[in-house]
Amino acid sequence: MLQERVPNIAKLVEPDRVHRLCYADPDIFELEIRQIFEKTWQYCGHESQIPKTGDFWTFQIGRQPTVMVRGHDGNISVLYNRCPHRGVQVCGSRNGNAGAALTCPYHSWRFHLDGSIESVPLEKGYLGTRFDRENPAFHMKKAARVDSYRGFIFANLAADGPTLTEFLGEARIAIDDMCDRSPVGKVKVVFPCNRVVQRSNWKFFMENQIDAMHPSSTHMSTGQAAAEVERKIGRETGEKPLHYHMLSAFTTPFDKWDLLETVGYPYGHTILTGYMGLRPTDRDTLEHEAILEKAYGKAKKDEFLSRNIHHCLLYPAVSIQSPLQQLRVLRPQAANRTLSEIWHFRLVGAPEAIYRRSLWYFNLVNSPSTLVNADDLENWQRGQWGLTSDGGDWVSFHRDFGRDQDDGQVIRSTNGCSEAPMRSQFRAWLKYMTAGTA
Amino acid sequence: MATKKKIGKVAESAKKVAPSTFERAMKKVGVTAPKAKPATNWDLHQEIEAFLFRQSEMLDAKQWAAYIDLFANDGVYWAPSLPEHEHWDGKPAIFIEDRDLMSVRMKRVLHPNAWSQQAEWATNHIVSNIAIEHVGKDGTIQVRSRFHMMEMRRDDLRHFGGIYRHTLKRTKDSFLIQLQRVDLFNAQAAYEYVLQVWV
Ligand code: FES
Ligand SMILES: [Fe+2]
Repeated sequence: MLQERVPNIAKLVEPDRVHRLCYADPDIFELEIRQIFEKTWQYCGHESQIPKTGDFWTFQIGRQPTVMVRGHDGNISVLYNRCPHRGVQVCGSRNGNAGAALTCPYHSWRFHLDGSIESVPLEKGYLGTRFDRENPAFHMKKAARVDSYRGFIFANLAADGPTLTEFLGEARIAIDDMCDRSPVGKVKVVFPCNRVVQRSNWKFFMENQIDAMHPSSTHMSTGQAAAEVERKIGRETGEKPLHYHMLSAFTTPFDKWDLLETVGYPYGHTILTGYMGLRPTDRDTLEHEAILEKAYGKAKKDEFLSRNIHHCLLYPAVSIQSPLQQLRVLRPQAANRTLSEIWHFRLVGAPEAIYRRSLWYFNLVNSPSTLVNADDLENWQRGQWGLTSDGGDWVSFHRDFGRDQDDGQVIRSTNGCSEAPMRSQFRAWLKYMTAGTA
Repeated sequence: MATKKKIGKVAESAKKVAPSTFERAMKKVGVTAPKAKPATNWDLHQEIEAFLFRQSEMLDAKQWAAYIDLFANDGVYWAPSLPEHEHWDGKPAIFIEDRDLMSVRMKRVLHPNAWSQQAEWATNHIVSNIAIEHVGKDGTIQVRSRFHMMEMRRDDLRHFGGIYRHTLKRTKDSFLIQLQRVDLFNAQAAYEYVLQVWV
């Protein structure tokens, strides 16, 4: 048992510091895969990725190659991408359309779009054997549970545990905040997504997203470079394009970031408030707000737009920037290697200009030529190296320790740069990692 | 005999199908065959070749300011996410920059606190297969070429390759880039780390 190979896991996590092995040890990583990624609700994708019958999209849940497929009845199944005959992966491309049925390339077993067996060539050869069409062992295996929230599809490889609604809890506000900006409450993916490999443990990313202390330090180069050019454009044209602000905002000093707030929820979800001052009052924004008011009424619109989210993390693998309709999902590959998928969504029914604005953010910050994440990834890589060394055993989460507002479930920080969200994530981490060990 | 005939028939029909299927498949990966007829204007060809070589040498020599100056005032550097994108407008892109955004990128990498720049890195560009696709009446020239970029960063090597499509404007003694479209053949592969400067 892995849990035996990783003894005393509880000793690795203290309220104000954690042991470096949590990030660097391959056995702990394997245990995370089993205890967290293969037991909690994992984001598969958005329903608009597979709009038509037979459309499929492959991805990975923990160690399991999986595929989500749109069935004839419109329902979406999440299957292990494995043929029950001799194990061959049935879907060989990242995405595509399977037609009326999924066909294994090796010996042409065919499966309905929900994974159940449709036909086997020369089936009479199985007469009198233990092969049995009714036995699920001869179907493509299904994820134990599939559910979706407002078009966002999640699967859970474990049959028991909280429902998706219970799991998301208050943190579902990230998805609400994205969808409610559409007058019909709907978003659609923009193809294609970007995929970038982080050479670091997945937790570096999850901690970084709500680490308000890091932007001024990590991204000063980009912030200042953009601010300089922004001023030049301002002088020349009398106007400053909004997308420059998305970059120059990184010059915001530490004490301003400290005015933000973080909330850590059960199961590890975390929110950093504050929205880079990006609720402007230009014509496009006002037009958008008018459309929302018409759709929902003034009170609802005001409620929707007064949500205050910079990043919301759905532990352990999703980071949502709802005001800009971007989502990053992690597919960890090793203790020191994490694949990220970065998606952008279009608000159905919102003005084109609103889409164009957030597209700037996608192109400048979340593309493979990112002016921002280049330094994040560099820091996490160096962090991974540091935590692989014997130069010290502990990772410090002491900032503002002892000042958290903690009701035992939800941890609120008193200030933005508090390390409360990391402490909160690790409280959840420890629960997952020790679950079932009594 | 009968078999032979059958094979002959298949081959005949395959011939008919092949070009269009091939073209379509190639278009999907952004590889349309060059439109150029064999060059007739070798002076122009050589001049353009020298220009493209110089541009790629500037990247390898990290002469960012000179590189940006190769672009017209309203020039654009664009690396689409997908080969079928015909315009950057409203589309996600790997790069989409005018001279102002290019100068943000330059100023960033030159900033003393650009942490990612502390790692040793260098590139090596090769440009080849140059074909002049079109010379417009207004003097605008469309050029297609292939590139291969090798990048060293710390102890890692990466490769990027693909097609450049330059739209050039004549100046008195050289050219200015109106648009440089860069179709990375591996634009949709997962990126090991990111791209910090132009390809
Ligand atoms: S392995 Fe799939 S049909 Fe044989
Ligand atoms: Fe960052």
